[in-house]
Amino acid sequence: MGKYGNDAGAIMALVRKAEVHRDVYVDPEIFDLEMEHLFPNSWIYIGHASQLSKPGDFITANVGRQPLMASRHSDGAIHVFYNRCPHKGVKIASEPCGNTGKFFRCPYHAWSFKTDGSLLAIPLKKGYEGTGFPDTQASEGLAKVKNVVVYRDFIFVRLSDAGLSFEDYFGESLSTIDNMVDRSPEGKLAVLAAPIRYMHNCNWKMLVENQTDTCHPMVAHESSAGTAVKVWKREQGDSTETPMAVQLYAPFMSPYEFYEQSGIRIWPNGHGHTGVANSIHSNYSDVEGYVEQMVATYGDKRAHEILGEVRHNTIYFPNIMVKGAVQILRNFIPIAVDKTLVESWVYRLVGAPDKLYERALMYNRFINAPTSIVGHDDLEMYERAQEGLTSNGNQWVNLQRLHEPGEADDVTAVINGTSERQMRNQFHAWAKFMTMNMDKRVEAAE
Amino acid sequence: MITEKSITDFIYREAELLDTMQWDAWLALFHASGRYWMPLEWQQQDPVLQPSLMYEDLLLLKVRVERLAGERTFSQKPKSRCHHLLQAPTITACDPANGLFKARTSFIYTETRGDVLERYSGWASHDLIESDGHLKIKLKRIDLVNFDAPFGNIQLFM
Repeated sequence: MGKYGNDAGAIMALVRKAEVHRDVYVDPEIFDLEMEHLFPNSWIYIGHASQLSKPGDFITANVGRQPLMASRHSDGAIHVFYNRCPHKGVKIASEPCGNTGKFFRCPYHAWSFKTDGSLLAIPLKKGYEGTGFPDTQASEGLAKVKNVVVYRDFIFVRLSDAGLSFEDYFGESLSTIDNMVDRSPEGKLAVLAAPIRYMHNCNWKMLVENQTDTCHPMVAHESSAGTAVKVWKREQGDSTETPMAVQLYAPFMSPYEFYEQSGIRIWPNGHGHTGVANSIHSNYSDVEGYVEQMVATYGDKRAHEILGEVRHNTIYFPNIMVKGAVQILRNFIPIAVDKTLVESWVYRLVGAPDKLYERALMYNRFINAPTSIVGHDDLEMYERAQEGLTSNGNQWVNLQRLHEPGEADDVTAVINGTSERQMRNQFHAWAKFMTMNMDKRVEAAE
Repeated sequence: MITEKSITDFIYREAELLDTMQWDAWLALFHASGRYWMPLEWQQQDPVLQPSLMYEDLLLLKVRVERLAGERTFSQKPKSRCHHLLQAPTITACDPANGLFKARTSFIYTETRGDVLERYSGWASHDLIESDGHLKIKLKRIDLVNFDAPFGNIQLFM
């Protein structure tokens, strides 16, 4: 047993009002406890229903250390299972996605399962007669994930039996997903390609925090976005039109004042977003024909309401970020205490002009790829932090910017856009979902 | 007169410029409308409406090169270095009459920074055109054998 074990009090002591102890980023035991408690207690995104468009389609995903798979059954329903054969534990699906036909078949001994997970057949079945097999868990087929919600085609699961309902957990934060879906003239998104994958040698929470860190772009990205602006100024000649690429890079160099006024909105349970009044995505060129399509679908007022909501980054605690305005979802998948796999997905707005998909794909490779210069800037900071945090000179990380004494937790509020309050909001949620099912000592410590 | 040997020499010369970090001379090998493309799919056809790791014109390549030398480019402290190991290129088109010059080159690429060294394997496809008697890059395409794997930073050029 390490320092923290199931000691809820010790874990909560790592999160102060405006500071967190470095162990949350560097201690392997804390990482183990996150896998055991935080991820199962939270609602985690595992995929999009458009990846399961036909019966027999399946995807695989991990939640914490749990290998899962989701499938589309013949009746159209989506089911989520643990990805292991009830016989010897062999993973049923080994690819990120595919179509299994009418049933899953374990490659080891040919046990087979319907696409709703129920046991279909076992070879030499009479060998189980009189053995009490029907009373075993194996006879039920693939072990099901009970708490599954498909919200506007986004598939979320909660592995723990006990915990907050989907609605209580996400509340008003779902408005960002709503906005992204509503931006399709058909009210529909589609995943058409694999994500960009990018390995980070740092703790997953550094990436999550960075999404609402508005005081870093003009500093850390001076090298990339700043250079893009400089080179364009020099090379533009008589061009009057700013290329899409420069439109995507340039806003990263916006001054502090821009981020201050654009605002941050926080919600209970660690969710929140930057870009309330406007955002770095506000001033992209119009795409021909798109507004007209939107007006035809939604009417003038509603169409402009949808397009006028240009949020920057929305954190769905614990580990995804959604950009409604450029249709990107980044999934920060924890691999080890100092290793995080980032998968960045682009959704096509069904029915919208190609240009919008082109822009979202361009943004994704500019910012979220292993070949992205903006990504290089960020990863350098995370890796330096992962190393620096082992220092014993100071064991606390400071999240004090615009902290107000007596600041309330688990509330909805709109605040100055350079506040670090969303990071404090995330750590309040972190302590809560780490400890909520730990044991009775939670109450004692509070 | 462009011959198969001129194409091969061009490709070796390009790798040498990259390995010796002569970035501006490397950029000068590109035609004004040239592109550098790293697909993210097997035998990918479309660089615009399918995801790629890179699909960049000369302006964006200049940004990269200028960034590498920037005083505040912290991901280049220390600097990266690279090494290209090329198989002899296969010339797939050498047609001066129609201005078509193409080659495919199998490679192992090494990028190193600090104590870390990463290796990548794949194929480089060169689509060249003649401009004022010189070959220029219209399209350089890099297909990695494991294009879909999650890499760390790739900061230089394959």
